[in-house]
Amino acid sequence: MSQKSKKVVCHISLKDGVLDPQGVTIRNALAQLGFDDVMEVRSGKVFELTFKPEVTNDVRAKSEEICRRVLANPVIETFGVEEL
Amino acid sequence: MKFGVVTFPGSNCDYDSYMVVKDQLRNNVEFIWHKDSDVSGFDCIILPGGFSYGDYLRTGAIARYSPVMGSVIDYANNGGLVIGICNGFQILLESGLLPGAMLRNRSLQFICKHVYLRCDNNETPFSNRLSVGDVLKIPIAHTDGNYYWYQADVDELERNRQVVFRYCTATGEVTDKANPNGSANNIAGICNKARNVFGMMPHPERASEALLGSADGLAIFQSIVANATSGVTA
Repeated sequence: MSQKSKKVVCHISLKDGVLDPQGVTIRNALAQLGFDDVMEVRSGKVFELTFKPEVTNDVRAKSEEICRRVLANPVIETFGVEEL
Repeated sequence: MKFGVVTFPGSNCDYDSYMVVKDQLRNNVEFIWHKDSDVSGFDCIILPGGFSYGDYLRTGAIARYSPVMGSVIDYANNGGLVIGICNGFQILLESGLLPGAMLRNRSLQFICKHVYLRCDNNETPFSNRLSVGDVLKIPIAHTDGNYYWYQADVDELERNRQVVFRYCTATGEVTDKANPNGSANNIAGICNKARNVFGMMPHPERASEALLGSADGLAIFQSIVANATSGVTA
């Protein structure tokens, strides 16, 4: 029986209080377009990791380690992982 | 004295740095390939500007895990002199050799122009040929040069006199208008506590001879040589 590859989505976002010039610019553009219900926009990044089919254990822990060491910069960013 | 200039895929100021050392300082210099892991025999390592690994993920984030950086980190932790310019500064931040992080410029724009820097600490191997208050005209060329750290930590940097250069006006006033990218406390260049690792966003190698419009950057390289020849480690 073939094993289905595990997928994990990693969400990287700026920590609260860290200035997000991109978010501010997008918020201003939204207001100009008439979407003035939006008070704040915070930008971030999403990475989808597909593990090798034989990897079935600890994908959450492995993904968190990847976020901590590479995908996020802990000085300015936080992360969350979501198993699909 | 022998300098090493690290070349990452996407470095584009490696030759500029090399030429300054060779032609202006008349010192020995060699390139170090990013896949090399031997950095012994060098008296100073330059991490040059550019767009290492395409600036993918975050500026400097991938370069930080290249084979050569493991050795550069050991070299720095053993007291070796390391200077990171622009992308090199970003790599030093990502590797943890210098504290803090870079955010996008507050204007969101790539900025390429000459700016003025005020020397705030001349007791480092990278600034000993300057006086506190000296103003240098040196170009910047970056999108992510908005230096950020938590306020309490920036205060700590200030207390430790780790801020070496600040963006200022032509007459040396540190104002918000003279801050091109939004950096905390107008920070343009910092060193570590031990003073042997230094990073700056402006490009002194692009301002090291009159032909380039300014030779003010040369003092930074001359400081490194003066430090080595005097044996004074500031």
